[in-house]
Amino acid sequence: MTAEIKAKLTPLDRPNTYVGRTVSRQGARKAVAGAGQYTDDISLPRMLHAAFVRSPYAHARLTKLDVNAAKTAPGVALVMTGKELAERITAPWLGTLTCFPGMKAAPQYPMVIERACWQGEPVAIVVAQSRALAEDAAELVEIEWQELPAAADKETALDRTTPVIHPDLGDNLAFEKTIGSGDVDAAFKAADIVVEETFRFGRHTAVSLESRAILADYNKPAERLILYTSSQAPHMIQTIYARMLGIPDHNVRIVAPDVGGSFGMKIHSYGDEVATAAASMALGRPVKFIADRLESFVSDIHARENLIKARLAVSRAGDIEAIEIDVLSGAGAYSQYPRTSVFEANQVLTITGGPYRHKHYRAKATVVYMNKVPTSQYRAVGHPIGNSVGESLVDMAAAACGLDPLEIRRRNVMPDDGYPAVTAGGIKVKELSHQKCLAALERRMNYAALRAEQAILRKQGIYRGIGIAAFIKGTAPGPNGYYGIGGAPISLQDACTIRLDPGGGIICAVGVTEQGQGVNTVMGQIAATTLGVPLDQVRVISGDTDATPFGGGTYASRATAIGGEAVLKAAGELRAEILSIAGALLQAPAGSLDIVDGHIVDAGTDRRRISLKEIGRIGHFQLHELPNSVQPRLSVTHRFRLLDDLYILTNGVSGATVDVDTDTGFITLRKAWVVEDCGRIVNPLLADEQVRGGFVQGLGGALYEHCIYDDAAQLVNGTLADYLTPMAGEMPDIDVAHIHTPTSVSELGAKGVGESGTASAPAVVMNAVNDALRPLGARVTEQPMTPEVVLRALGKI
Amino acid sequence: MSLADDSLEETMAVTMTVNGERVSRAVPVRQNLIDFLRTGLGLTGSHIGCEHGICGACSLRLDGAVVRGCLTLAVQADGAEVVTIEGLTASGEAADLQAAFVERNALQCGYCTPGMLMTAAELLASDATPDRDGIREFMSGNFCRCTGYQAIVDAIETVLRKRRRLA
Amino acid sequence: MKPARFHYVRPASIAEAVLLLAEHGEDASILAGGQSLMPVLNMRLSRPRVVVDINRIAKLKGIALADGAVRIGALARHVEVMRSPLIARHLPLIAEAMPNVAHVAVRNRGTFGGSVALADPSAEMPACLLALGGAVVLESTRGRRQVAAEDYFHGLYDTARRPDELLIEALIPPQRPDTLSAFMELSRRHGDFAIAGLACTLRHDAGVIHAPRLVYFGSEPRPVLARTAMAALDGKAWSPATHDAVAAALADDLDPIDNTFGSPAAKLHLQRVVTRRVLDGLPDKARAA
Repeated sequence: MTAEIKAKLTPLDRPNTYVGRTVSRQGARKAVAGAGQYTDDISLPRMLHAAFVRSPYAHARLTKLDVNAAKTAPGVALVMTGKELAERITAPWLGTLTCFPGMKAAPQYPMVIERACWQGEPVAIVVAQSRALAEDAAELVEIEWQELPAAADKETALDRTTPVIHPDLGDNLAFEKTIGSGDVDAAFKAADIVVEETFRFGRHTAVSLESRAILADYNKPAERLILYTSSQAPHMIQTIYARMLGIPDHNVRIVAPDVGGSFGMKIHSYGDEVATAAASMALGRPVKFIADRLESFVSDIHARENLIKARLAVSRAGDIEAIEIDVLSGAGAYSQYPRTSVFEANQVLTITGGPYRHKHYRAKATVVYMNKVPTSQYRAVGHPIGNSVGESLVDMAAAACGLDPLEIRRRNVMPDDGYPAVTAGGIKVKELSHQKCLAALERRMNYAALRAEQAILRKQGIYRGIGIAAFIKGTAPGPNGYYGIGGAPISLQDACTIRLDPGGGIICAVGVTEQGQGVNTVMGQIAATTLGVPLDQVRVISGDTDATPFGGGTYASRATAIGGEAVLKAAGELRAEILSIAGALLQAPAGSLDIVDGHIVDAGTDRRRISLKEIGRIGHFQLHELPNSVQPRLSVTHRFRLLDDLYILTNGVSGATVDVDTDTGFITLRKAWVVEDCGRIVNPLLADEQVRGGFVQGLGGALYEHCIYDDAAQLVNGTLADYLTPMAGEMPDIDVAHIHTPTSVSELGAKGVGESGTASAPAVVMNAVNDALRPLGARVTEQPMTPEVVLRALGKI
Repeated sequence: MSLADDSLEETMAVTMTVNGERVSRAVPVRQNLIDFLRTGLGLTGSHIGCEHGICGACSLRLDGAVVRGCLTLAVQADGAEVVTIEGLTASGEAADLQAAFVERNALQCGYCTPGMLMTAAELLASDATPDRDGIREFMSGNFCRCTGYQAIVDAIETVLRKRRRLA
Repeated sequence: MKPARFHYVRPASIAEAVLLLAEHGEDASILAGGQSLMPVLNMRLSRPRVVVDINRIAKLKGIALADGAVRIGALARHVEVMRSPLIARHLPLIAEAMPNVAHVAVRNRGTFGGSVALADPSAEMPACLLALGGAVVLESTRGRRQVAAEDYFHGLYDTARRPDELLIEALIPPQRPDTLSAFMELSRRHGDFAIAGLACTLRHDAGVIHAPRLVYFGSEPRPVLARTAMAALDGKAWSPATHDAVAAALADDLDPIDNTFGSPAAKLHLQRVVTRRVLDGLPDKARAA
């Protein structure tokens, strides 16, 4: 390669680049040896353990709370009631954002003061020498309740006969919103064909295998609070806890050690965790709280409970003309702070039908409170619902027009050469690739052969279904979107501080965080590539507010797209400084030098001149070797955010084959395919595994997962034996492929990938099931698609 | 570590071999084996996921067979041989499996991984050579929320074939 | 989620164990494999004053053929039953059912006796015991008695075992060479408890079915011997019409429970599907045998 050509390549394209290469994760090497360190693995001197008394009722007034017996139980150090905790905090939470005009929410205290509003709401914290002793003492808390009628059903939540959960709000309405474009009524009136259906989506919860966990360590003399906690967003937690507990931000340190899964569930603030921190402050001793699985089911946020009436207008030729949806979204007893409980419905409104070119769209959301666990952001917020509804309608339209599901999508998706564009839902989109994705999916599935096989199988009484579902996914939100403009203490930008240490090592501290996706590895790959050093010369630090620059953490598939660009820019600046120092030392123009494999080399010939280790030594110790004009910084912080864009939109299309046993209603997943476009991929294997894992998480909701409540708003299946998660035996192999359309908002060009599978799996598997059932005239419109649901659709029961 | 004051609990003196080391302790009789290993011995490699026997995060080897650490009392392991992920790692028995997990990225958050490895090690130590569906079935009592399982099945299949000299 | 306090005792013999049970009665819980007891202890749903750990009682272990019956000791782990050549040869129904029991780690620890003693309505082994016409041996300080499976399963987790009795073993007559057996269950995921299931045995002679025993589990509070359905099958030849008649007769035998795994209507439907599939498959099985 000539020097001239080489000079034109960006560092990301260099032959020795780590960007675009699969490398294994250091975190994985640790985890397989059992050497990971999760919050519960940390023990501190004089550490105590917390357990909670929780409300057994969905709605009840506290008429007696006597903690005296508990306080004197063996090993007990502290019992704190909700009322006592309320005196220790500065103000209750209010889960609203100004970007949701008209939204109503009630102030929420960390624990019940006089009235419990959901089963599982914490009432008192008991701190003792062991968790067992704390649980013993919690049973001694004397408590009496006056049970109140509960709002258990979203469809009757606004009825006059339903109790109003928060009288100050007037009713149980949290939020209403209608968006739209074009002339929907006229389009439906003039339409050749209108298809309509009502869809139901059950509540789920995240079930991270490591439950919520916090170890609070308050040092009274130093007035310093350290929280070790399984969190995706340490800096946000720092801000919230500092405000809540009246401690200056800079005296609060959040450490997120290894995090055993999070999926959006660990970006929220939880009353029991605040109580744990307050208990540590009261005692001046470390207090650990590990949510057990039973309390996780009634205290981790829930999501996805929606009822949607939808219709779509299509021409006889198969052109989609209009879509209308009416969303009833069932929130819990409070709006979850700080992201609210209305975001899911908002996302359903904006993304439904998002891949298509139709010009007429109206979407209305009504979000209501119920006496259930609060709801909020969970992996792929709203997308599994919106995609399921939109893609079901498209399949219904295809059937009505006599078109193949693939053909109707080819006909209606936004064209790859038609960007920038605005969707009917009002999202500005650019650099998408629906057409390329559809073509790739058709090839990878060998679609025609699958259809031929399906026809043969049907003659044998086997109901094979083939599903196709396109999707869009909002990733990596910007500050002009919801949280920034809405007033939340959530950072929409992210940061990297990168430095050269005396030994030549590169320390890359980032604001985004690692939960096993490989964020640290990906950041290291970007840093090593940009700088020109071997990957093992870079150490990435994340998850510690004392050691990393302020950032938003990992959520909404933003780590690589936002955090990665910050690393790229910071590393680029450090590289420039290193070359400038090297130039001064070598008396050569910086532009004539390059960094390759940890050494300063002559650009073009790669002749080694001096190592980075030498630059580190001289830059930190032997400064006399440098001219007086050179004052090394050797540490650079860079931040990155989106400017005007709400999101970096991604897109893709999925395929799935299932067999439906029409006698039992059991669905067997056979195989799935995902073709998605997350722009530039830094680590192909990690990107693929994000898609696969996310897809299976989506399958869980489509087929198994359901928080089932009875009429008294009691969760009746809050154990892992009763709440069914996807297990190895039933899950399919998933073929993953990518189209690469880099985003122009960054030099890196990466878009988010972590939620694409989850966003599309429920839609594609529902379409596959309905493809199998179509010859029988049956249609499933409810998730999870249990045998009972399928049998009812078939009219067998 | 953080065990409660002995006088607050009914305890029993037990002696067992854990990862090849003989240990004697007075353990609370109501304490699960997994809690004892984690808090009593500081062996935090095995994790707690559900405490009711569903998730498999606490899987460990008791007298040669993989069991749920949350469904056995520590006092029941009196006189027994216990192997945890730390012991499995130290012995090198599963080094190929661990390497395959890393290479195939058969783990993300890593919380289920020690339990997965303890279970898969039993399959590898048996004389069975199941196909992919058989591997899925064997592993079906271990919950992983991150990977979707395919990578785990791939990694186990790779090692199984190598050990059986099939590939 | 840690167990409430209890006293722990570890008897070395049956005599010692039944003395403890005589002393503590309903205040005691017997700990065998622990795969069902430990979850409810951890959840504090069960709060015995005393846990009697029978795992060190040697006489409760083992599987043997003696006096015309297969004896499965109460402490025989599921994995031992699954791998036992004796079971494979003499009780193929149990051998067929066993892979459906939970997962490897649970089978390594869980016991046959524990499963029968607990009588979970969705468990496989109680259904097999009943289908095979087995019996359980119970012992207390008052003596030893044998209870036929038909008299043993009373209701939801309710059996003939009295609080002071220890389940010693199950005694099961070996399947005769002309006996056919079949097992099928439907569960949402591999290893889950069944939502519908059938364990059955029958004899056949020149295509005519005799003495069928159809035991349904998963949908009922206890394993149910479906006498009406059995009557509809007895003396008949294999035929779709017969199989449909048997399935139809289940309405009189079954009264499925309503829970989060399905409605009574769905469960009855599924039991009928299982019935047809098992019966449809038996002629092939007969030919193979």
